[in-house]
Amino acid sequence: MSDYLKQGIIYGATLIGVTAATLIGITTFTKLQHPPITSVQRGFRGTAIAQLYDPAELAAAQAASKVPRSLPPASAAGVKASVAYKNVRVLGNLSVGQFTRLMVSITNWVAPKQGCAYCHNVANMADDANYTKIVARRMIQMTQNINGNWQSHVQNVGVTCYTCHGGNPVPKNIWFNNPGPESAGGLAETQTGMAHPTERINYSSLPYDPFTPYLEQDHSIRVQSTTALPTDDLSSIKETEWTYALMIHFSQSLGVNCTYCHNTRSFGNWAESSPARVNAWYGIRMVRDLNNHYLDPLNSVFPAYRKGVLGDSPKVYCATCHQGVYKPLFGVSMVKTFPELQGPPASPTAAVEPPAAAAPTAPAAPTPPH
Amino acid sequence: MAMLSFEAKYRTRGGTLVGGDLFDFWVGPFYVGFFGVTTIFFSALGTALILYGASLGGVWNIWRINIAPPDLSYGLGFAPLKEGGLWQVITICAIGAFGSWALRQVEISRKLGMGLHVPFAYGVAVFAYVALEVIRPVLMGAWGWAFPYGILSHLDWVSNTGYQYLHFHYNPAHMLAVSFFFTTTLALSLHGSLVLSAANPPKGEVMKTAEHENTFFRDLIGYSIGTLGIHRLGLFLALSAGFWSAVCIILSGPFWTRGWPEWWSWWLNLPIWTH
Repeated sequence: MSDYLKQGIIYGATLIGVTAATLIGITTFTKLQHPPITSVQRGFRGTAIAQLYDPAELAAAQAASKVPRSLPPASAAGVKASVAYKNVRVLGNLSVGQFTRLMVSITNWVAPKQGCAYCHNVANMADDANYTKIVARRMIQMTQNINGNWQSHVQNVGVTCYTCHGGNPVPKNIWFNNPGPESAGGLAETQTGMAHPTERINYSSLPYDPFTPYLEQDHSIRVQSTTALPTDDLSSIKETEWTYALMIHFSQSLGVNCTYCHNTRSFGNWAESSPARVNAWYGIRMVRDLNNHYLDPLNSVFPAYRKGVLGDSPKVYCATCHQGVYKPLFGVSMVKTFPELQGPPASPTAAVEPPAAAAPTAPAAPTPPH
Repeated sequence: MAMLSFEAKYRTRGGTLVGGDLFDFWVGPFYVGFFGVTTIFFSALGTALILYGASLGGVWNIWRINIAPPDLSYGLGFAPLKEGGLWQVITICAIGAFGSWALRQVEISRKLGMGLHVPFAYGVAVFAYVALEVIRPVLMGAWGWAFPYGILSHLDWVSNTGYQYLHFHYNPAHMLAVSFFFTTTLALSLHGSLVLSAANPPKGEVMKTAEHENTFFRDLIGYSIGTLGIHRLGLFLALSAGFWSAVCIILSGPFWTRGWPEWWSWWLNLPIWTH
């Protein structure tokens, strides 16, 4: 009797002890977190469609997304900026008061330490000699384009310079075409654009530049087969890995997991996806528009030290605005107090058709990014 | 059917953990015991509740029947029966039945005068279940984190739970568990093929002994673990698989809310790298 009891106690203690020792060991030697956790359920109960956060990390993200107070609105009455000042090519229809308020705000948002001289020749404010002034002018147009034509993505929250810049002359999260380290090709090729972990792909060994094919070029992001057996799906392993890396970047940028948009039992199925996925679909088109029509064309304006190793312009992706938060600045709309940045009235579906749930297009021919 | 050599011992009275002689009897070949009664009670009640839950779901397709845990908003409290409460009662029944079965195994082991290897091994499987349905939900603060009862629905839960951590194959304990599962099947296939080969000689030859088996593996890989050793190894591999499965899911959520690939940054940050 006592032998059995002893044996039982030893077995039980072993099981509990080994578990506890394992957990304590792993927690101590790595950067594991600990309960409690904060959670957001976003699907039917029991489907595990939910977000989970470490409360301390969430608080830190909220603290980092502090929104600066907008300057009090200025009167629209009075002399127009285009009359009062020379060389005002955008925003000329604002009153001098409104124009000055926006210039001061932009300084606070983009170059708080450098001041007006970051863009302007202070001896002659109309001078276009600084590249930063030309870029800033184009970025104002870009902001208006986002707020006016891309409500399908930014909705009524909109963006201002602060959304991406957050007090930095160059936004913290930008990207360049990344050819990776020099490596052999052909039969001797080993890394195929992978195995160089960075934060943007959650330090995985997935491809480090899925952005060039999908957020600058317009390769179709459509690698999941719609049939059980292989038929006419020509998606390559590389395309699949780029897609996975791109999706991980989405997760990283928004501070969410895959279930924020997808029911992972069938990633491609729109009917089982959350409405956020439609928003993301428009976001992809918006980012391509911004990279192709605003940032790439500025290439001749940017000095060499602002460009990537291949001499390309700095570009935007999800993290540029989102910065780890599901809605930039946790959904606080700054543009409401800056109507001049809201741009032309919105066309309801922007420049692209909405995603067609039942119309799979032919997969793009596999082309490596570089 | 002939009495097996240990039948007489198995039918020995006594060795019960509770109830004394009250349930210490057999129905046909089956030992009853106090824990046999509780097993039947919990499994019958649980099965009936599953059928009730299925009738509420409106789907009798066996693949699609789904009895889901409560919404996260209920936390660790009780939920209305039709909004996850049924899942809660069924879970209590399941743990009651599994626990009873393990204790019945203990009583039979005592009757047979053998060690508690069988209930311990079974207990690891129960532990993995309890880890998923009780330990992890309690650590995360809501029963809603547990998996639902349904053939397809629990697989969908597995898929979404894995993708909550972006790439579950980077979970270190999951790596260990998967490796142990594969190694278990490898060991079992090596052992099974060896025994079948030795026990089924060509026509006219006598059955081979353990010495032949040892010789085969000494010739093949230079080592034979032996007839007793292979069973110890098999037990270790199988229990390790279940144990690390439990660890890998307890870690995911209570102790890690981000992508599993990122957890490995401790490796990338070791001071041994040049860049």
